Amino acid sequence: MSQRLRALTGAPAFTTWVSVALMALLFIAGAASYTGFASLQVVLNLLIDNAFLLVIAVGMSFVILSGGIDLSVGSVLALTTMVAAWLLQVAHWPAEAVIPLVLLGGALFGALQGLVIHVFRLQPFIVTLAGMFLARGLCFLISVDSITIDAPLFVALSQTQIPLFGGAFLSPGAVIALAVLAAGVWAAQATAFGRTVYALGGNETSALMMGLPVGRTKVAVYALSGGCASLAGLLFAFYMLSGYGQHGQGVELDAIAAVVIGGTVLTGGYGYVAGALSGVLVLGLIQTLIAFDGTLSSWWTKIVIGALLFVFCAVQRLLSLKKAHP
Amino acid sequence: MSTRPTGPKAWHHPLARPLAALILLLAVAAVSVPGFLHLEIKDGHLYGNLVDILHRAAPLMLAALGMTLVIATRGIDVSVGAVVAIAGTVACALVSTYGVAVAFAAALGAALLCGLWNGLLVSALGLQPIIATLILMVAGRGLAQLITDGQILTVYEPASFFWLGGGWLLGLPVSLFVVATVAGLTALLMRRTALGLFIQTVGINPVAARLAGVHTAAIVFFVYVYCSLGAGLAGLMVASNIKSADANNAGLLLELDAILAVTLGGGQLSGGKFSLLGSLIGALIIQTLTSTIYALGVPPQVTMVVKAVVVFAVCISQSSAWSSWRKA
Repeated sequence: MSQRLRALTGAPAFTTWVSVALMALLFIAGAASYTGFASLQVVLNLLIDNAFLLVIAVGMSFVILSGGIDLSVGSVLALTTMVAAWLLQVAHWPAEAVIPLVLLGGALFGALQGLVIHVFRLQPFIVTLAGMFLARGLCFLISVDSITIDAPLFVALSQTQIPLFGGAFLSPGAVIALAVLAAGVWAAQATAFGRTVYALGGNETSALMMGLPVGRTKVAVYALSGGCASLAGLLFAFYMLSGYGQHGQGVELDAIAAVVIGGTVLTGGYGYVAGALSGVLVLGLIQTLIAFDGTLSSWWTKIVIGALLFVFCAVQRLLSLKKAHP
Repeated sequence: MSTRPTGPKAWHHPLARPLAALILLLAVAAVSVPGFLHLEIKDGHLYGNLVDILHRAAPLMLAALGMTLVIATRGIDVSVGAVVAIAGTVACALVSTYGVAVAFAAALGAALLCGLWNGLLVSALGLQPIIATLILMVAGRGLAQLITDGQILTVYEPASFFWLGGGWLLGLPVSLFVVATVAGLTALLMRRTALGLFIQTVGINPVAARLAGVHTAAIVFFVYVYCSLGAGLAGLMVASNIKSADANNAGLLLELDAILAVTLGGGQLSGGKFSLLGSLIGALIIQTLTSTIYALGVPPQVTMVVKAVVVFAVCISQSSAWSSWRKA
């Protein structure tokens, strides 16, 4: 293999660029095959429909970069829609009070999981698995049925269209998601917290010996993920205008897949938060392509996502093997 | 095991705590639900909640046996539910045309392929077990839906197909004999051959095991294949019991229940320590909990909250931080 190619595949951002290239390829394939695919609105709709997933994927990026995993995000999303719907519709709280409260609740839920993981040195997988059961079960303790939301603020947010040039538009949810992504990229690259997350994922013992605040950062990472999941729940509630315990089933898997496809390595310490965007867009494009095709059934989405997950994991693994034994 | 000065010696037996939990749970059920422990013989078949719990826990017990070995090697298999769906779907798709024998063989063959795939990814490619099996977890249900074309396949005949999941033998459900046979064979394999020891060695220290001459890759490969085969058999049992294949919901979250059963039975997620009998008791605890909650008339979804609390309690009590606090 030539020196230049080796430098390219060895670059930290290589897999992220692969996902960007894949995204472009999927879009070109769609534009070539289906009329009406190559429009700005189709791209913006990807963001509108997947805004909640993008927010969760940003939080998940931090968790995975720190060497952990958070399986509770889908349930926290559902719990947020449920609590918000109940407070708005049954307790008749004002929306302005409900929104900060549920965000705080999500962050607190995440922080508690992080605390259990850190204090008792338990595997993040099993703790967040229990958190997943807990949040999902709590939804059904509030109500087994779906609660429709008709609070004016939520309805207004669900119907607002922010016009862009050329008649295209974005939803407020998509704008919030992009803002979260920008904040996430900034936090990961330019703050002490972000650098500590990378150090923690690289080698926890080294991070501890360097005097980095390992425990505090760990708890903060899960709090961040819980807060993101809760914000995603609000975006989901704006989008669906209902609270339901079955919302967001399997979203944790989509988020993990998006993060991996975006180039973040699951063992931690390696990757980019910005990759979450390309990962989410690749997943969204696959769904859109299948919808445009019309003859393919929805389960092909799952199969294709599984196959992509395999390819990306295998490539990452082979690249890391090559690095260890050049 | 650390030697603690408190308590009678029997309490330190690894099975003591899971067994005590099961008995406590049954006692609570017996007190709060009248006639919970009642058994009766109707038409030569034994009926009652206890038989029902054993019968309903059978697929979970099969999955938990495989999961025990996987976890003992420091691994995890989250694709169990997907394999259940695939095996059930394959069997239901073939049984009406080709008969029970072909359908069962094909279903177990499909499960075997799933296991080979997982095993290959973990042992040959060296992927983290959770990621490697996550791929099949995501894609598996899609594959199963591909076979059924998104429909729920209902099986009307042959009647022999329903024997595995709903039949009776010597007055007891057939599923119990299947579980007993599988558990017995597994225990024999673990005790009478060196396999159990090798699995434990891999879980305690994979590098040391390899340096000591244990063929670690082959052992790891074996446990994933074994786990998927168990899941496939569980899938056959579920499909035969509900007389249909539901690619979306068959075995949903079964992997999580299986992991929970292993943890409840005293197996440690960090590997090296496992108990087949403990995992079976763990599975029974989960099913007893579910059955009791149903019998009490509480919404079944509440089980999730109880399960979560149980997982937290068990994991925290197993953690080293907790035991050092207690000693301090």
